[in-house]
Amino acid sequence: MRHSKKVNHLGRQAGHRKLMLANMAASLIKSKKINTTVAKAKALKKYVEPLITKSKTDSTHSRRIVFGYLQDKEAVKELFGDVASKIMDRPGGYTRILKTGNRLGDNAEMCLIELVDYNQNYNGTAAPAKKKSRRGSSKKKADSASDATIVEDSSTEEKAPKAKKSTKDKKED
Amino acid sequence: MAHPKRRHSTQRRDKRRTHYKAVAPTISSCSNCGATVQLHRVCGECGYYKGKQAIEKTVAA
Repeated sequence: MRHSKKVNHLGRQAGHRKLMLANMAASLIKSKKINTTVAKAKALKKYVEPLITKSKTDSTHSRRIVFGYLQDKEAVKELFGDVASKIMDRPGGYTRILKTGNRLGDNAEMCLIELVDYNQNYNGTAAPAKKKSRRGSSKKKADSASDATIVEDSSTEEKAPKAKKSTKDKKED
Repeated sequence: MAHPKRRHSTQRRDKRRTHYKAVAPTISSCSNCGATVQLHRVCGECGYYKGKQAIEKTVAA
């Protein structure tokens, strides 16, 4: 029975699947974003994120472990050099999947999978808008209450709901 | 092993299939350019997603 077996076989046998994921991971690390199907992207996310976490400790041992998976010298070099320095203070969630519609031909659901820290357009605007919600501090509560009244006053203005949206987005990321 | 006793008539088959229905995709409009976009998809016209530039679309223009 298949109960709670979560691996997506992707219509391939183990060897084929491992090699394909290794190739995709190497491509993702080298070119920072790749277009693929949603199913493959989700499988790749599970495959590549532990490897990226490994790159945070730059030792011969961890390099060899990662090379054991990727089998690609250039990708390992890139991962432990440029990529590792960028993702160092991110606690997981290094990749983003953006759905881009269906492919002509077989109508497969396509997406773009990318390393989060290399998309400047998407990250740049949202970073300062992030607000951490904390319970128990009365000062903040007063602030938020005053904010709420302002929002009510300018309900016709478009900016207020937009700002709210961006904070929501950041949480989902 | 068990086997069907009788052939199902075309009426029975077709009655069963009355519940097979196509579902229309939920459609919205892009917040940036106003083009029609399927929900949870990047805009095919301008590359915006959730009010931000997600994909560069300079090549298509």
